[in-house]
Amino acid sequence: MSSVTDVAPVAATRTPEGAPRRPRKPRSGALLGVAAWLIGFLFVVPVLWMVLTSFHSEEAAATNPPSLLAPLTFAGYREFFGVGTGTSPWPSLLNSLTASVVSTVIVLLLAIPAAYALSIKPVRKWTDVMFFFLSTRMLPIVAGLLPIYLFAQWSGLLDNIWLLIVLYTAMNLPIAVWMMRSFLAEVPVEILEAASMDGAGLLLTLRQVVAPIVLPGIAATSLICFIFSWNELLLARTLTGTVAGTAPVYLTGFVTSQGLFLAQVCAASFVVSLPVLVAGFAAQDKLVQGLSLGAVK
Amino acid sequence: MHRHVRPALAAATATALAVGVGGCAGWGGGPSGGGPDTINVLMVNNPQMVDLQQLTAEHFTAETGITVNYTVLPENDVRDKISQEFSSQAGQYDVATLSNFEIPIYARSEWIAPLDEYVAADAEFDQDDVLGPLTASLSGDDGRLYGEPFYGESSFLMYREDVLDAAGVEMPANPTWQEVADIAAEVDGIEPGMAGICLRGQPGWGQVFAPLTTVVNTFGGTWFTEDWEPQVDSEEFRTAVQFYVDLVREHGEVGAPQAGFTECLNNVVQGNAAMWYDATSAAGSLEAADSPVKGKMGYVAAPVVETDSSGWLYAWSWSIQQASAKKDAAWEFISWASSAEYEQLVGEELGWSKVPAGKRASTYDNPDYLAEASAFAEPTLAAIEAADPNDAGVQPRPAPGIQFIGIPEFPDLATQVSQDVSSAIAGRTTVDEALQRGQQLAEDVAERYRERESK
Repeated sequence: MSSVTDVAPVAATRTPEGAPRRPRKPRSGALLGVAAWLIGFLFVVPVLWMVLTSFHSEEAAATNPPSLLAPLTFAGYREFFGVGTGTSPWPSLLNSLTASVVSTVIVLLLAIPAAYALSIKPVRKWTDVMFFFLSTRMLPIVAGLLPIYLFAQWSGLLDNIWLLIVLYTAMNLPIAVWMMRSFLAEVPVEILEAASMDGAGLLLTLRQVVAPIVLPGIAATSLICFIFSWNELLLARTLTGTVAGTAPVYLTGFVTSQGLFLAQVCAASFVVSLPVLVAGFAAQDKLVQGLSLGAVK
Repeated sequence: MHRHVRPALAAATATALAVGVGGCAGWGGGPSGGGPDTINVLMVNNPQMVDLQQLTAEHFTAETGITVNYTVLPENDVRDKISQEFSSQAGQYDVATLSNFEIPIYARSEWIAPLDEYVAADAEFDQDDVLGPLTASLSGDDGRLYGEPFYGESSFLMYREDVLDAAGVEMPANPTWQEVADIAAEVDGIEPGMAGICLRGQPGWGQVFAPLTTVVNTFGGTWFTEDWEPQVDSEEFRTAVQFYVDLVREHGEVGAPQAGFTECLNNVVQGNAAMWYDATSAAGSLEAADSPVKGKMGYVAAPVVETDSSGWLYAWSWSIQQASAKKDAAWEFISWASSAEYEQLVGEELGWSKVPAGKRASTYDNPDYLAEASAFAEPTLAAIEAADPNDAGVQPRPAPGIQFIGIPEFPDLATQVSQDVSSAIAGRTTVDEALQRGQQLAEDVAERYRERESK
């Protein structure tokens, strides 16, 4: 434990001086690295556990204490993909994809102009407008569930994916407007002025000047909207039935009060989280830029 | 400028996907319900239903031309969704799995369709083969039939015959709870990690209070008297709960406050409990081909104190929504799924231990079934036939039901009380405190009924 005592004085001497940040000494840097890895590992353990369990048999998954080294099997995945059970996860996965992608695209189409009108060319009382957007999130969704259900029943939209698309759009729009506003606010006014001095029109400015700066922000916003829509359960469970059920609803269907289901649910959870993971990795570099862009403010 | 390439690509892909997805029909949009030969079924995810799903296309749709779309959800979710769907008569689902708890209540509200005419016109279905207590408990106050059982169960005591034999302990055919407690003390820890008995302790009206209410019944207690006086803090109720809590604390399984049906099943299968008082349907899993305890179990009637029998009665059953426009197709599905022919099919295709049993007398005459289920078939049938929802304890009750009281408020009431009982099993509160609170909750419910009846 000698290493710990080494670190403390280093940290203690640095802070009171308030000196400009210098590169850390390699040793404490390595320690911080180890700590970061440890903490990161702790956060990933449940996910790894889920993945491992998904490759176990139901009996091995249910033992207590857990049997880590149980033989691996694809039974959980076979079950999820409906081999020999007369079910298929594809309709629900496609429903989720439709709902998430379409609602995200609509959200972006609406949120970006709105955010533009709240930051670069702010409308009058734009703070009130911002607050209005936020206020639509103050009512918990569950409080609106019954009216929405009755409306859906009355309008014949129960079990229709377009209803979910509209609701997910409404659900994510305020967040997207808030996020996009903070990204657009990052665009320095001087650049816009310079562009207009050089004779660039609105469209050209948007395309050549604003877009490159806020693209990471758009990536971050769309990923957030995509994740929220993809993972949404409450509305989907209430408003869909046999046709428009989404992946989270299908996922919960593996839970049973009689019999074993852990391995199946883990396999299903892993498959259902894959698209979000893939989207996250694909947008990773943009995302870090985008998220830190907002965080500085 | 390579930095926008990727988002641009992503956006293009997203648009392409959206267009592609929107272009294909087959899922998502459009009116639900499909054609005239398609029915929608909302059901609980129990293993028997999963088997049904597997057999439907080949053996029902191929013969009748009726396509069945299933929505499968866990028990609590399916109850929520069914009550939402049926109370609003949304008509999305033609058939749903309801139990003998909901069916009389739903029938009173006219949310489900009576089945008598269909039964009368369908000689092949043979309603007389369905066990009497089930037919009675699936009928409404008006005497009409509103549900057909998919599988039925009672409760009984399961025990490790080999363990008791080795310990020189004999299990009586009709044990009392005191005898069971003595045996539990004797065999507790007889093998490493083996508890004397496994009893549910998990909160929930359908978890701890299913076995516990049957214990209360046979100890002479009741939730309510016939004229709606709550009896939760009565001497009999208290003695029964104290007995149950003491038994599970002293000789019960590890983690009892969280243990439900599934946990106890795992415990028994893994050799962590010598006895288990629970649903008769558990025996099928214990005697399954891959079960380590297959052939080692014995089965006797539910333990009693003051009553002659104390087993519960429960049946996941099919009902047709009143708003369904496809009642004929719905009945055709039900008459197949609840038939003796379907049991034969499951036996031949998937194995006789998977048969959704406990509903038809003919099942217990079937030599194929008996060859597989001889260990528990007779005790199961005896338990179901002895169950009488209209005479569950020592006193008259205001509503039918054995392990429940057949009123809509019961799940909420019993679930709240079960939280405290589960805490008592964990040692965080006492039985007296738990039941005092329970009495107040029961009084709130009882008051409403007393007012209603005095009007």
